[in-house]
Parts: sequence; structure tokens; C-alpha cells
Amino acid sequence: MAIGDLLVDVSGVAKHYGEGETRVDALRAVDLQIHAGEVVAMLGPSGSGKTSLLNIIGCIVDPSAGRLVLDGETVFDGRWLRGNLRQLRLDKIGFIFQAHNLLPFLTAEENVSVVLDLAGWKPAAAQTRARELLDYLEVGHRAGVKPAHLSGGEAQRVAIARALANRPRIILADEPTAALDSVRAQLVMDLLRKLAVEQEACILTVTHDEKIFDRFDRLIHLRDGRLSAE
Amino acid sequence: MNLALKDIRHSLFRFILTCFGLGLLMTVVLAMIGIYNGLVSDALAAVKAPRADLWVVEANTQGPFAEASSLPAATRDAVARLPGIAEAGAITYQTIEAQHGTQTLRLYVIGYERGRPGGPSTVTEGRGLGRSHYELVADRKSGLEVGDTIRLGRNRFTVVGLTEDAMNSGGDPAVFMTLSDAMALQSELDPAAERVRAARGAASPDASNVAAVIARIEPDADVARVAATIRQWKHLGALTQAQQEELLLASVVDRARRQIGLFLGILLTVSAVVIALIIYTMTMEKLKQIATLKLIGAPDRTILGLIVQQALILGTSGWAIGLSLILLVKDNFPRRVVLEPTNALVLAGIIVGVCIVASGLGIRAALKVDPATALGG
Ligand SMILES: Nc1ncnc2c1ncn2[C@@H]1O[C@H](COP(=O)(O)OP(=O)(O)OP(=O)(O)O)[C@@H](O)[C@H]1O
Ligand SMILES: [Mg+2]
Repeated sequence: MAIGDLLVDVSGVAKHYGEGETRVDALRAVDLQIHAGEVVAMLGPSGSGKTSLLNIIGCIVDPSAGRLVLDGETVFDGRWLRGNLRQLRLDKIGFIFQAHNLLPFLTAEENVSVVLDLAGWKPAAAQTRARELLDYLEVGHRAGVKPAHLSGGEAQRVAIARALANRPRIILADEPTAALDSVRAQLVMDLLRKLAVEQEACILTVTHDEKIFDRFDRLIHLRDGRLSAE
Repeated sequence: MNLALKDIRHSLFRFILTCFGLGLLMTVVLAMIGIYNGLVSDALAAVKAPRADLWVVEANTQGPFAEASSLPAATRDAVARLPGIAEAGAITYQTIEAQHGTQTLRLYVIGYERGRPGGPSTVTEGRGLGRSHYELVADRKSGLEVGDTIRLGRNRFTVVGLTEDAMNSGGDPAVFMTLSDAMALQSELDPAAERVRAARGAASPDASNVAAVIARIEPDADVARVAATIRQWKHLGALTQAQQEELLLASVVDRARRQIGLFLGILLTVSAVVIALIIYTMTMEKLKQIATLKLIGAPDRTILGLIVQQALILGTSGWAIGLSLILLVKDNFPRRVVLEPTNALVLAGIIVGVCIVASGLGIRAALKVDPATALGG
């Protein structure tokens, strides 16, 4: 496979929580490069820092040290260089989290189109796009339903649709298939892969799900805050 | 996509209940404003009714409302003859109790000279006084109706007309009768009423005396000049209409006005705190959703809009509900509740202000919240 643009470039990133006796070193000098078109799985025991790394790449958590370059733009180098991180997230990053975090007062479809609305899409176009994604993920028939009435798997698929809606180039997923049966888990991974190719995006997924290991280009392991490739 | 409205619709019942609660509070605030206004305008009703320019009273008194005043009835002729006076009329005021059916009415009896200033400003039902004896025009709030008869003193009077908004500063409804009937009534009051009057320290009225002479002046005359001329008579004093109104507000209703004014202030403060608390709580409950919005890239503008819009919708609905309720019930109050459009608008202004300040508290918390908190759990 031809190697695409370098979308994620993490170098020497460290993260510790707390100070003194309560200090926890979640990440120690992590280096990671992901290119467009790549689908990468991150593995590691609980507490090894997977979520921390993902959140740092997603510009949600401040790194303690290191450098972060996203899609050619240096966003962190000892400090945040980019003022408006939210605009950056809206434009470039799609999240799929452990907890689906859908907005309870919006329907499934609105939860997807709200991102497009924020990105300045016209309502009609946003609605069409949301419908397409939900249909593809086989939750189109639940489009008008609020999250409280969705099953765990349905909610997770809506959250995935939301993450993909604005065609981000960097897709970060924290155990996206944990709530899905194996058929749907494969379906979601296939969709993510298709997207990665079509939109020249990259995907970084935390997973424990052995049944989808074969869907990844690369597996990376986190252990004691350090990466080791495999 | 309007997030504020979507969120409201999501928990519509609760939101309506909150609006309704706030609406009830606003009803009380508006009622208090109305009672305050009513008190002031009732107090002025008797002074304003004759549409006088000048009040001629007993020298060195602030009559006839703030203090008792007694003048010979003949003063009217003297006043009427003065240059600059267009018309003048003698007038008497007294409060009496009378039996009507099973009810005891407290009535404010105004005696005036037919065809001269001092009568009811408008007669809304029936007619004005037609004969010189034993007829009454009564304020509607007295409960009397056209055709009713009522015994006052030794004589039985017939109600021939009704008027509105005529009363004394205590809210007792007025009845108008001819000056001669009223003067006769003064001297006829039964001994018990006379004793009560004496015990209260009120001057015993001289049966041939009136309380004041009210005058309207020629269009080109100067009120102050005419008043000065009248004061040259040793036994007379003169007050302009403006002085009379000020006097009444300063002396008779001042304390009641301050009492209600202070209570209104407390009520407004309580409302402000309640509104602030509701909006703050509403925002706090949404912190996790606000964090999610930040996570998916919503700018502060979106989050601000969500909070401020909901606060304003809450405030204005509460205000509208309050206003509708008070307009619905205001005529059932025993005393007049007077609401001017400006009162409602000023209250709306205050509510909008409070809502914005209260949203400020919520917004501070919302803007501080870390998007990462949305990931917890
Ligand atoms: N906000 C925080 N404050 C303090 N310590 C934290 C915080 N977040 C994570 N940690 C600690 O940092 C370490 C790494 O946490 P992280 O959530 O990245 O692990 P993880 O690999 O995602 O684990 P899991 O597989 O259980 O989700 C853990 O020891 C955790 O206790
Ligand atoms: Mg984790």
C-alpha cells in the first residue's frame, strides 16, 4: 500500500497525573506515527495509558511534555500552539468513545447532524448525510429516537456515525466495538477501513476485541507507558 | 439547529412546571405593584375627582383631607366673586356607617352643590342628582345599585346613579348627595356616632359649615396670584391642586406606601434569587452535555446561546404567565389593583436583567468545564 500523508506524529510525549506521592506516570516518552489510510489498533492492559494517549492526540488532555503534530500542523510543543482546539477537533478529528456520550435531548439523527450544523453545513445536506451514515450502520430505522430508547449497540453505532459525519481525517476510537456483536463489529471495522481509504483518513482504535484483530494494518502495544510495535 | 428549544422540548413538562411556578411568583410581584399603585391612585381619587384648580380651606389647616377644615357655607359666594375665579362650589366630606340589608356599609359621603364643581366625574349607570333632596350617586364598589334605597341619618335616600373610582384614602366607597342633604346629615348623626367622633378628637362639625370651597380658575388667570388673594382673608387658607395632592401623599398614605414599597422590594429580591437559582441549577444539570458539546467541537457561542436562550425563555414565560394571571384576577381584589403598561414593561426589563446575570453564573461554570469530563464513565 502506498504510504499517505503523515497525519499523526507524536514524539516524546509524556503524561503524568498528580504530583508527589500521588503522581501517576501514565505515559513516558511515547513516539507514534500514523499515515493516511492506516488502520491501527492499540492494545495494552488496563491502566497502561491507552485512553490517555488517545485523549492527547484528540487534544482533550494536556501532555506533560513532548510534541504533537496533526495533519502537518504542530499543535503542541511543550505548550498548546493552537488557540482554538475545538475548531481543530471539529475540522480534523472524529471521536468514538467508551461511553457513547450522545446528547439526550436530541434524536439519533440530530446527534449526528449537530456536528455538521456546527461545521456550517446546510440543514438539508446535514440531514441527508446523517441519514446515509445511520442507514449504512443499520440504525436508520431508529433515526427519530432519543438515546434513552436506544440499545447499547444502537447508541454506539449512532456515536460512530457522529464521529464520521464531518469527514475527519483523524478518527480516534476507544473500544468502539465493545457493545457490538461480532457481525456488527466486523461491519463497523469494514466501514472504518473503507472510510480511511476513501477520505485519506487514519484510524487509531483501542481494542481488546480479538475477533477484529485481523482487520487492522498494524497493532501497537502500550506497556507501562511505553509503546512497543508488533 | 436550536439546542435550547430541543432541550426544553425534551423535558417539556418539567420546564412548563418551572415556568408556571415562576409565573405565580410574578403574579404576586405584579399584584403588589398593582396594590401599591391602587393605594396611591385611590388616595388621590377624592382630590382629583372635582377637577379643581384651587382648594379654599380653613386658615392654618391642611384640609379637608389631611386635617379637618370648617368654613361658613357663605364663603363660596365670596370666592366665586373674586377676579380670576371661573366657578366655585362648597363641598363637605364625612365617613358614615349605614345599614343596607344585612350589611353594614362604610360610606364616604360627599356633599356638593348641583351645577357646581365637586360632583361625580362621570355617571356610568343611571343619572346624576336630579332633585335637591334624598338622592344619591354611589360608587359601584359600595354594592349599591340604581333604585336601591338606604337610610342615612333620619332620611331614606334613593340611589339614582352609579359612578366609578370614587373613594377616600382608606378605600371607603363614596356616595354623592346634595350639599344641603349632607349638611343636614352632619347635624343628624345619631348620638352614638357623635360620641365616637368626639372620642376620636375630630372637631365637631358646625352644621352650617362646609369642609372646603373648590374653585376652577379662568384660563388666563394665575393660580398662585388667586391663592395669595384668598389667603389675605384671615380665616381662609388656599391650596393649589398640586399642593393638595402632594399633601395627601406625604401625610395620609405615606406610611402605607412605604410599607408596600418595602415589601415590593423584598419580593423583587426574592424573585431575583429564585430565578438565579433555577437557571444556575438548570445549567449545572447540563454540565456533562456541555462537556460533550465542547468535545465535538461546539464553540463557546453555541454553549452561551443554549444557556442564555433558555434563561430568557423561562423568564419571559414566567412574566407572561404572571401578567395573564394578574389581569384575570385583579378585579376580585377588595381594593383597586392598578397596573400601568409601564409597570409590566419595567418588570419585564428587570426579569431579563436578572436572567442574564443569573446565566452569567451558569456560563462561568459551563465555560470552565473540561471537555474530558464528558468521557468519565
Ligand atoms: N484524570 C486522571 N487523574 C489521575 N490519574 C489518572 C487520570 N486518568 C487516568 N489516570 C491514571 O493513568 C493511568 C492510565 O490511565 P488510562 O485511562 O489511560 O488507562 P487505559 O489504558 O485506558 O485503561 P483501561 O483499559 O482500563 O481503559 C491509570 O493508572 C489511571 O489511574
Ligand atoms: Mg481506557
